[in-house]
Amino acid sequence: MHGQPSVFSPEVASLLDVEGSKSLLRFITCGSVDDGKSTLIGRLLFDGGLVLDDQVADLGRESERQGKGDHLDYSLLLDGLEAEREQGITIDVAYRYFSTARRKFVVADTPGHEEYTRNMVTGASTADLAIILVDSQHGMLPQTCRHTYLASLLGIRHVVVAVNKIDLVGYRSSIFEALQTHYRKFVLTLGFETVQAIPVSARYGDNVTSRSIHTPWYQGPSLLEYLETVDVGKEVTNTPFRFPIQWVNRPNASFRGYAGEVASGRIAVGDPVAVAKSGQKTAIKSIVTYDGEVASAEAGQAVTLVLKDEVDASRGNMLTSPTARPFVADQLQAHVIWFDANPLLPGRSYILRTETDSVNATVTKLKHRVNVNSFAREAAKSLTMNEIGVCNISTQAPIAFDAYKDNKTTGNFVIVDRLTNDTVGAGMIDFPLRRAANVHWHAMDVNKQARSAQKQQAPAVLWFTGLSGSGKSTIANALDRILNAHGRHTYLLDGDNVRHGLNRDLGFTDVDRVENIRRVAEVAKLMADAGLIVLVSFISPFRDERRMARELMAEGEFIEIFVDTPIEECARRDPKGLYEKARAGKIANFTGISSPYEEPEHPELHLSTIDSEPTDLALQIEDFLARRQSQ
Amino acid sequence: MALSHLARLEAEAIHTMREVAATSTNPVLLYSVGKDSSVLLHLAMKAFYPAKPPFPLLHVDTTWKFREMIAFRDQVARDNDLRLIVHINEDGVAQGINPFEHGSNVHTHLMKTVALRQALEKHRFDVAIAGARRDEEKSRAKERIFSLRTAGQAWDPKRQRPEMWKTFNTRLTPGETMRVFPLSNWTEMDVWQYVLQEGIPVVPLYFAEERPVVERDGMLIMVDDDRMPLQPDEVVRRQHVRFRTLGCYPLTGAILSSATTVPEIIEEMVFSRSSERRNRLVDRDEASGMERKKREGYF
Repeated sequence: MHGQPSVFSPEVASLLDVEGSKSLLRFITCGSVDDGKSTLIGRLLFDGGLVLDDQVADLGRESERQGKGDHLDYSLLLDGLEAEREQGITIDVAYRYFSTARRKFVVADTPGHEEYTRNMVTGASTADLAIILVDSQHGMLPQTCRHTYLASLLGIRHVVVAVNKIDLVGYRSSIFEALQTHYRKFVLTLGFETVQAIPVSARYGDNVTSRSIHTPWYQGPSLLEYLETVDVGKEVTNTPFRFPIQWVNRPNASFRGYAGEVASGRIAVGDPVAVAKSGQKTAIKSIVTYDGEVASAEAGQAVTLVLKDEVDASRGNMLTSPTARPFVADQLQAHVIWFDANPLLPGRSYILRTETDSVNATVTKLKHRVNVNSFAREAAKSLTMNEIGVCNISTQAPIAFDAYKDNKTTGNFVIVDRLTNDTVGAGMIDFPLRRAANVHWHAMDVNKQARSAQKQQAPAVLWFTGLSGSGKSTIANALDRILNAHGRHTYLLDGDNVRHGLNRDLGFTDVDRVENIRRVAEVAKLMADAGLIVLVSFISPFRDERRMARELMAEGEFIEIFVDTPIEECARRDPKGLYEKARAGKIANFTGISSPYEEPEHPELHLSTIDSEPTDLALQIEDFLARRQSQ
Repeated sequence: MALSHLARLEAEAIHTMREVAATSTNPVLLYSVGKDSSVLLHLAMKAFYPAKPPFPLLHVDTTWKFREMIAFRDQVARDNDLRLIVHINEDGVAQGINPFEHGSNVHTHLMKTVALRQALEKHRFDVAIAGARRDEEKSRAKERIFSLRTAGQAWDPKRQRPEMWKTFNTRLTPGETMRVFPLSNWTEMDVWQYVLQEGIPVVPLYFAEERPVVERDGMLIMVDDDRMPLQPDEVVRRQHVRFRTLGCYPLTGAILSSATTVPEIIEEMVFSRSSERRNRLVDRDEASGMERKKREGYF
């Protein structure tokens, strides 16, 4: 509908050619309040001839309105919010786009106030370089340190220290040199690849776009020259292939494609790939785009991959190199930056969101808080707003990830409050914990279905819960005999017996009881996976842990059986003489006496043992199982 | 081999739209017929290929759009076989709201901002994708790609969620909605270069030709139909003009130009010394005009 493309004039054609091949630098300005960040960027844009005529006119009017007389306030080019212009501060990050003859730039002008650290982190997460401003008169302030540390934590490897307001200290080189020395010493352990110090005056433009006559002692480049030439080369195509699945594309029965953006590495038609979470292997059949099929794709490209085999993969999973696979784990260590006014609490459940995955997660341990001025590790019970800490995190289901230092895209996450849905924290993964390291989930050829088919039974976990002496083990034993006689394949896990072996290291405190149940539930899960009908006879007094056990098993596989005997009756029976000891105070943490028992709310079976024989109750359970199997 | 600048921007926009498709329950694409909407729609076709975009298009019609825009809109929906929802604030029509008697502020508020809120509420859309760019205006430069709206569809600039990497928090509490801007990081120049590269159709009003205009408040206003009242001293003249942005015809200034093709538009921009929204009366009303409108629910 538009006119046919005509030929550009030679001048514009060459300009567009150059434009297309220019490299891109993404940078941020940061540092303390009033160090002149917005003014510096405004000045850079203005002196670089990048502010258009009507914007200059607006700037003049606005400067006058803010009481600056006929002096142009360059920060007003950036501070776009009403509250910002009124208060003369930057609240949120502003993005500006400009290009010079040599390079394209995206600059994020970030706020200096500690209160708005979250907005600084927003800008820093995608930047290649940080300009840290320091006021010549005040030197390094806590925010200078905080922003420097955050920049390093977020993986920025190049820093410019802009020693600003050099005019206000009489352009003295001694002040510049002292600040530079101090700063370089401060960042020694932060792993920056380049650190360049430049004396500037944002207000008067010294060393901003060209070298200043007021600082003859400074031999380095102006800020703009430096930004145009600094090499921030990052190679993401040499890293292993990672493809977080965003969306499964199924327009009709004959097409199934996985849509996403290549996070790192490259992929070609025919290449083998693995599904991160299951370990299933397949190969790339085709790479589909709107512009036709392509032979290969590399980091940064959004494509749709079609696989040779049908595999189980959906959003939240990853297609990866089969030889260099990501970690798949439900426990990990990460550096966390906290943004919310409500502190981070270990043990509380949050939503952990990676680029495409989302799981419930808790901080199991806050290892330490980082002091941003000294980098000292400090003990802490919680993280308050704008604090940074190192945490052990446990997720409800395994997630696929890399270490942030190896891969920023697959190594990051945000933390979301479950109630308000606010983004309350950001995380950079250090490594997986314990069992997860280097243990990949293997996809087995003989699976649960095959094993239970061979046994001609539906696997189940029959979870007997009730007070000590309620008759759990007696009923379970009777049931086990009946099932065995009917040719069923079973196993009985008994609380006392397991405590002689697997759980011999555990006592009866709440923490140990939770671990006791966790281990037994995991064992029961493995046995059910082997195709067995598992009978678990454990007091298991807490609802949370029984729920945890239930959530571990497949849908419908967990059968909770409440063996309901009043405590007076249990104490009367007292087959092991335990109630007598407990009443005498000889046993601590005895369920029903000195430790609580939380009755099941919705058990699959509720058995009252008063006036019933154990064998009758066992037959009642068998009946339930038979009906279930026939369904 | 490094990806070109446009290829990077394209991938980012596609990624953003797929996030919407994967996480929202009832998304919509706000189609305002301009060049940014043309690019946005093209990217949506790419993002979900071979499937169709999994959302309808919504056009908020103020009843004062250029006639060529409406024709173009209907043609595009037909050509791409997409569902197009057109919403008009019927209360505003009944009250006879128009930009001449009520001024641009009242007109825009009722026929655009309120109309948009009505449409989103009527269809219960939870996410609206739109083509706004950060380089258009200073308050837009501050907005997130996934931008939360409170239960009243308002933008609270002090309560923006942090937005790190490309890890978007797409979760909504009941009543909240999301505006999503896949073209956030594009500039006007990027848009035109992409239009050229991809051969994307745009409304002919972007190309210069002789059109009937009058000079009013320092702007060249096109007389698009006979609803426009003329002042005694105003003379309709035929001039060679085109538009850099498109909105309601009485509020959108034309520029004198001879650019009749996309490359000529790009050439003109290379030498231009003024910004794109300069010819929008809506933005000039006051310094924080755009921010105020956005807080009320305007795009």
